[in-house]
Amino acid sequence: MYEGAVQDLIDELGRLPGVGPKSAQRIAFHLLAAESADVGRLVAALQRVQAEVRFCVTCYNVAEGEQCRICRDPRRSTDVICVVEEPKDVVAIERTREFRGRYHVLGGAISPIEGVGPDDLRVKELMTRLMDGTVTELIIATDPNLEGEATAAYLARLVGPLGLAVSRLASGLPVGGDLEYADEITLGRAFEGRRRIDA
Amino acid sequence: MYVRHLQLVDFRSWEKVDLALRPGPTVFVGRNGEGKTNLVEAVGYLATLGSHRVSGDAPLVRHGAAQAVVRAALRREDRELLVEVEVNPGRANRVRVNRSALPRPRELLGLVKSVLFAPEDLALVRGDPAERRRFLDDLLVSRTPRLAGVRSDYDRVLRQRNALLKTARLARGDALATLDVWDTHLVELGGQLLAARLALVADLAPHVARSYAAVAGPGAAAAGLGYASTVPLAGDGAPLVAGEPTARAAELSAALRERIAERRREEVDRGMTLVGPHRDDLVLHLGPAPAKGFASHGESWSLALALKLGCFALLRADGEEPVLVLDDVFATLDAGRRAALADVARSAEQTLITAAVLDDVPEELRDARVEVGAGTAVLVADEEGT
Ligand SMILES: Nc1ncnc2c1ncn2[C@@H]1O[C@H](COP(=O)(O)OP(=O)(O)O)[C@@H](O)[C@H]1O
Ligand SMILES: [Mg+2]
Ligand SMILES: [Zn+2]
Repeated sequence: MYEGAVQDLIDELGRLPGVGPKSAQRIAFHLLAAESADVGRLVAALQRVQAEVRFCVTCYNVAEGEQCRICRDPRRSTDVICVVEEPKDVVAIERTREFRGRYHVLGGAISPIEGVGPDDLRVKELMTRLMDGTVTELIIATDPNLEGEATAAYLARLVGPLGLAVSRLASGLPVGGDLEYADEITLGRAFEGRRRIDA
Repeated sequence: MYVRHLQLVDFRSWEKVDLALRPGPTVFVGRNGEGKTNLVEAVGYLATLGSHRVSGDAPLVRHGAAQAVVRAALRREDRELLVEVEVNPGRANRVRVNRSALPRPRELLGLVKSVLFAPEDLALVRGDPAERRRFLDDLLVSRTPRLAGVRSDYDRVLRQRNALLKTARLARGDALATLDVWDTHLVELGGQLLAARLALVADLAPHVARSYAAVAGPGAAAAGLGYASTVPLAGDGAPLVAGEPTARAAELSAALRERIAERRREEVDRGMTLVGPHRDDLVLHLGPAPAKGFASHGESWSLALALKLGCFALLRADGEEPVLVLDDVFATLDAGRRAALADVARSAEQTLITAAVLDDVPEELRDARVEVGAGTAVLVADEEGT
């Protein structure tokens, strides 16, 4: 254990995903030894995301301001929505340049082990968006693993009565993986070859 | 195949050991506690990514070390196979084959073929069904590596579904609305696993019967294998007959789905999944009776040995000769069983035997020895004719 401030910093860093106690210590001492201007920039960046970055009120992607860049873009089609788990999946799909519609970010996938059910995701918000009839197609791009598949199956059943065209990214994605790790070409192809789910 | 070279770093008691090995039988000899089993356990680990003595990786790492490394050069027909596993308890293990990293450790399964027989195997006959399921699944994955993914997905779906059932009673809203999507995964994966296990039991049964006859000697009852399932099957638990087709995955998925529907209320009440391959059992028969609860101590030993020798024979019949590992077993067997085991041990491409006393090992298997003691292991071989 270190003195108050240093230990506090180590504890906070240790709470970050993927940072174990050893790395937390290493980062803390790196920061202690760093130039104060460098640390200042890090502090400013943290404060800026906290002050300025919000979740888009429409699709829950990260946004500066009320709506994200994609929801604000009038050239993007409003009749198709692609459902993803996390904002990072939006970035991955945007890189493929295959998709010109809008997104909906669920904020995760159904996983009872972690206590996550449909009520903990932005499912109701998705249903609200689908109600007015503008959207005619839904592409479900949750991760190609068990939890992502379960979420996709649940959503497909839920929106079934609305009569939309519902599709799931075609296979070819590495099974058991994360959407964000798929390379652009594979992901692009999975998009093009998406298959219709008949609920 | 055979292990040509074995290197361990911080594995069990071994801080570092480098050992050249040969095809044929080799006896690891040394006093108790010197680390003989630890050496051959490492070979078993390469085959199953697990130990025959403990569940979980933590005990395999030397006290005080952060990780263990098992590195082996194997010879498979004329090709060299270099396998390296970094055991990192609490974190993902890392595996390299011929110097390139595998995306997932489980992709190693099926590459190194080994059959290990040890005193712990008595639990195959006398222990819980979980022991026999693990035995079946390890063999399954060794023969059909694709099933490693099916098995681990099935386990994960089961954990998800059980978590959901547990919270369902106290849950807010309609927690069971998502049960159906897990059911779909469960019956799909469960059907595949069941179909594969049934086919395996049918393939294995004649080899086990032959091995039992050799081990138990003339006049012994015939050994048979059956499969008792929580999913209704024709001839449930009765000995399976080789060559007769077993049920297919799609039929089994449908049967599993029906059974789950029937027991839904009970599952919600008890907060767990009550049907599926995770509740099944391999049934061992001696003559007309199930062995469990009836077999004598000697018969139980013979049956445990016959199960392992049956595995060896099946893998050999598949076309790949496994490394045979016999950990500390000769001392506990009587003359008849020793002779039967020695026959197989002599015929194998490589047999690794551990013993505290060299005299416990049949003479014809003693030509090559690894002397284990004082933190070292050295190969000593009697040259031909001396
Ligand atoms: N993780 C570990 N770290 C250090 N020593 C270990 C570890 N696991 C087992 N050992 C030691 O290994 C020895 C047993 O080795 P083993 O191979 O079973 O002996 P034997 O030669 O009788 O087969 C014991 O002394 C035990 O304390
Ligand atoms: Mg031992
Ligand atoms: Zn948006």
